[in-house]
Amino acid sequence: MDVIKKILGVVWIVLGPAAIIFLAAQAYEKINLAAEGAERTNTALQWGIILFIFLPICTGLVIFGYYALRGEYNRLPADSASGKN
Amino acid sequence: MSNALPERSIFRVIGASSLGTLIEWYDFYIFGSLAAIIGTQLFPDDAGASALINTLAIFAAGFIVRPFGALVFGRLGDLIGRKYTFLLTLVLMGGSTFLIGLIPSYKSIGYAAPILVLVLRLVQGLALGGEYGGAATYVAEHAPAGKRGFFTSWIQTTATLGLFLSLGVIVISKNLIGAEAFADWGWRIPFLISILLVVVSIYIRMRMHESPLFSKLKSEGKVATNPLKESFSRKTNFKMVLLALFGAAMGQGVIWYTGQFYAQSFLENTCKLDFNVSRYILLWGIAFATPFFVIFGSLSDRIGRKWIMLLGMLGGILLYRPIYQQFLDDTHVEAIPATEVVEVSEPVTEIKTISGSNLGLRLRKQSFHLASGMSYLKTETDTIESGQVISREPHVGYSDKKLSDPVFWKFVALVFVQVLLVTMVYGPIAAFLVELFPTRIRYTSMSLPYHIGNGVFGGLVPFIATLIASFPGATPLSGLWYPIAIAALSFVIGAVYLNNRQEENVND
Repeated sequence: MDVIKKILGVVWIVLGPAAIIFLAAQAYEKINLAAEGAERTNTALQWGIILFIFLPICTGLVIFGYYALRGEYNRLPADSASGKN
Repeated sequence: MSNALPERSIFRVIGASSLGTLIEWYDFYIFGSLAAIIGTQLFPDDAGASALINTLAIFAAGFIVRPFGALVFGRLGDLIGRKYTFLLTLVLMGGSTFLIGLIPSYKSIGYAAPILVLVLRLVQGLALGGEYGGAATYVAEHAPAGKRGFFTSWIQTTATLGLFLSLGVIVISKNLIGAEAFADWGWRIPFLISILLVVVSIYIRMRMHESPLFSKLKSEGKVATNPLKESFSRKTNFKMVLLALFGAAMGQGVIWYTGQFYAQSFLENTCKLDFNVSRYILLWGIAFATPFFVIFGSLSDRIGRKWIMLLGMLGGILLYRPIYQQFLDDTHVEAIPATEVVEVSEPVTEIKTISGSNLGLRLRKQSFHLASGMSYLKTETDTIESGQVISREPHVGYSDKKLSDPVFWKFVALVFVQVLLVTMVYGPIAAFLVELFPTRIRYTSMSLPYHIGNGVFGGLVPFIATLIASFPGATPLSGLWYPIAIAALSFVIGAVYLNNRQEENVND
């Protein structure tokens, strides 16, 4: 199981940037499709919010993957305060 | 120091905490439920800046502000205590809701009206971000080991009951004063009522004591000096925050929002069910499923939290597409043979002109009643120019569908299944999150993954699902790939990385 945890860590590291690239491409396409004026401003605002929110989340997924790759999750802490296994 | 209270005292703690949380959910939901009416009263008719503010008010408060509220109030809760922090969130939420009910219309004060709504809506979002973590932490820190899932699951019912209460108050107010008066001024009633509920809740909460675990930390001088730094800059804790988000809260959020919000949106906008019928289906489904929050919370004390939550996610992954396909099949009136039709109304023609143009639309509406008891409205729309039809073929649409009794109850059962999955993922999660983090930074650490999971991943279900359904080649079911994919990702991470152990002692 520890090996699987580490291998999946690589998957999470790749998935984070892939998700952001996908969202950015979608944002570009949808903003350009929107009619000029208020509709385009609204669409840009919505996508701006989504990218603003998802950028740190995807960064978190990469860090999660990095921790998994380093075996940080092989043994979870026995108690939440000490962090000891 | 033991934190276990006699069962009667714990139920007093739960009652006081839950009432406040229920009111906060109520306050948050009435804005969403009345958004269309609020839009006509507090925003100008034309687009432009108003549309921008409207988008910010509805969109930003739901997605951006909740996690920030979790950070701001989580930090406060770990610094000054749980009791006063979630008292503050209650005052902020109740006060801003009451004030929304008092804002003069756009006709009276112009753009000040939508700007005030935006500010108050952002305060609501912040308050909600701070409330839940406090209530869950407060109850869990009073509960004995082995019953933490059971006691915190009562807090979990409040989100659903808040939705129930908001729909109920709106429907009753509307029925009492009539639809026209409600749209004119009656929509303010649900907002103004909030202040009464909040005053009662504040009175009850003022009489509560601080959490025994926090009091102990305080008396020993062990309160965190910088909870944000401790939560997110120390690897031992930060890795658990990430695990809580990706292995549980993220999947829980999409299951919750799909079952309780996307289902209603799909029935109303895709299946074109009558407005009231779609709400009655949801209300019955929620009413039957709500007790299961407590059942699964309690069960998680005996068999562990992990697999109950993950089975809820797996249920969503496997069942969403068949359930929604059934919704589509049973409302696909175009496929019903003409022999089934027992009554057709006389057609009513309506002309809609576009001001400043000689173009317009001609709508021809007819009601159809079927032998099964189902009925629907068929609308044929033609484009006209100077009174003459110029479109080759009319656009045909079907709406206001009312179901036969057997199909209505079948839909209730299908919504019930979805809400049951919600109870599986949501019932145990408060206890799960509480047990993951130490007392000194618990409020901060558990609030952030919860609100990112629910506010961002869950809250975006309608938006992203609709977006996917608009892709070339998409079907009405394509939007479900978003909650299915997120739930699958969370299921894999949870299954591989979480353990099923319950921490006996949260006094750390």
